Amino acid sequence: MWIKKTAAALMLAAGAMTVQAAESTDSIRIAMLVKSLGNGFFEAARDGGEEAAKELGNVDLIYTGPTTATSEGQIDVINSLISQKVDAIVVSANDPDALVPIAKKAMRRGIPVLSFDSGISKDGRVFHINPSNAELIGYKQIAMISETLGGKGEIAVLSATAQATNQNIWINEMKKTLKKPEFSGLKLVDVVYGDDQSDKSYREAVGLFRKHPNLKGIIAPTTVGITAAAKAVADQGLVGKVYVSGLGLPSEMAGHVKSGAVDTFAIWNPIDLGYTAVYAAHEIVAKKSKGEPGDRVRIGRMGSLKIDGKGETAMAEPFVFNKVNVDNFAKIF
Amino acid sequence: MIATETMSWKEKGSSLFKSWESLLLILLLLICLANTWASPYFLDIYNLMDSTAIFSEKAVIALSMALIIISRDIDLSVASIIALTSTVIGYFATLGFDTFTLLWIGVFTGAICGGLNGFIVTKFAVPAIVVTIGTMSLYRGISWIVLGDRAYTDYPENFWVLGQGYLFDLIPYEFIAFLVLAVGFGLLLHKTTIGRNIYALGNNPRAALYSGINVNRYRFWLFVLNGTMAGLAGVFLTSRLGATRPNIAMGWELEIITIVVLGGVNILGGSGSIAGVVLAAFIIGMLTFGLGLLNVPGILMTIIIGLLLISAIAAPILIKKFKPAGGK
Repeated sequence: MWIKKTAAALMLAAGAMTVQAAESTDSIRIAMLVKSLGNGFFEAARDGGEEAAKELGNVDLIYTGPTTATSEGQIDVINSLISQKVDAIVVSANDPDALVPIAKKAMRRGIPVLSFDSGISKDGRVFHINPSNAELIGYKQIAMISETLGGKGEIAVLSATAQATNQNIWINEMKKTLKKPEFSGLKLVDVVYGDDQSDKSYREAVGLFRKHPNLKGIIAPTTVGITAAAKAVADQGLVGKVYVSGLGLPSEMAGHVKSGAVDTFAIWNPIDLGYTAVYAAHEIVAKKSKGEPGDRVRIGRMGSLKIDGKGETAMAEPFVFNKVNVDNFAKIF
Repeated sequence: MIATETMSWKEKGSSLFKSWESLLLILLLLICLANTWASPYFLDIYNLMDSTAIFSEKAVIALSMALIIISRDIDLSVASIIALTSTVIGYFATLGFDTFTLLWIGVFTGAICGGLNGFIVTKFAVPAIVVTIGTMSLYRGISWIVLGDRAYTDYPENFWVLGQGYLFDLIPYEFIAFLVLAVGFGLLLHKTTIGRNIYALGNNPRAALYSGINVNRYRFWLFVLNGTMAGLAGVFLTSRLGATRPNIAMGWELEIITIVVLGGVNILGGSGSIAGVVLAAFIIGMLTFGLGLLNVPGILMTIIIGLLLISAIAAPILIKKFKPAGGK
């Protein structure tokens, strides 16, 4: 008897927790499926998605994800989204390959699947939205340090490992950017590798100060490197003399921005990313774009996306953080 | 009504399962009713059939795990056996073997893993929980060494059929496999001497031994059987994912044991039924599916299933407490 009661209570509880039980037939239901719930980065992406939904007016956003970041969990969720006949799914995938079969099934049933942040392989999505691309990332980092230093001085790069593909591509793009006339006052004097270990990155940064007494700036395109370099600047009493910039997480960088070791740094903005993903999904559902290679997809306040030959696209240049906005974002990720 | 059932349960072991199963059946019906009421998408034969993917693979292993637990052992390495199986068939797939051969290679790999568990447990008299915690790390560890951060994705063209194919475009093959195996296991446990002997050695291994049952031989073959089922589930899951990574099926061992315990199998061994396990698999599947349709966050689902499990274990104890032995 009591089992029955418990069950009934459970069911009522489940009913009360319903997030999206009611739906109107004329609205477009877009599901944002993230790697796992309870992750600040994705909650920020959800806020961006809500913003896009509000702006578009007729969009209901379903924010969902598995408890643990597994592809099996995401597959179960996609199954249930297919059953609910949602209009589109945007997903940050836990595994590029394992989600292909289920995503294909969704698309066979007329539900377009877009991936953002962490992609699904080519066959399993209409297109993938990268937060940024190498060219924009390389350019932005030079532009940031240039602004801090007033356009002239010696700079060095503190990278992760010498073999890290993305790091090397970005450093290459930085070198290309430095050839532009507006950055002619900057001189890249060294590239060192901290192997994404805090202690080694720290020692490499200190080594840079010794080797290049006129060094004005360090660019660290790695979250480990940038915090280690900023700490080295503070410990060596070089605040105001050497500035650190690069790619970092606001939560880790807020202190260094306040200490003055860091003027500006950048990373992709998850709010913009969520906004872009949901907006783009709406454009596909509303048949305003097919999302095929070569197409352009309008994304509201973020401008537009151009789909490349591999079915991928880049949202924007990395978002810049400074002492004005870092505290707000430090709470998010 | 419950009271009379409780009495008979005390008098006769087997009727406990009858009453437990009827409770599970009522619970399942309630869950389905609630789901129908809460979501317009629940009562749709295609959706329901798709939803069996949530539990089919786990339920296949739960069948043999029930026998293991009834015989007073446990096997925590099943999810790792899935990972190793998936890695092995992924490797053979890159060598160009066809789907049918891969299926057998997978099942065979699982059997070997189970055999190693059984061998160590019976030969060296190490408790099963210790052995399988060890092999849990061992089997998945091998998979990590082989794959690292790579993945096997080169499966034959028609390999997807095993995990994602439908009979008559409606019933998933995985689900059919589960139903057929459930009937097979039900007959084995409830209608054969082997089944009676499994209960016997779970209730009292020493008495079973003295009455002429080769206890260790039973335990060994049950581990082989469990490994085989894990291998089969591994093939299905790999087919459904179309890819192998070493973190495949992470944490499934506990979900499988949850199904078994919710199904009324005594975690201390000696009692339980296949019908209960099958019902429990459906309950967890339908509950997960129903909550999923409502987009209830996964963490709440876990909490609800956890509560369900605690209730399942507490129920017999509470019933016992409120109906003291002297009562009737």
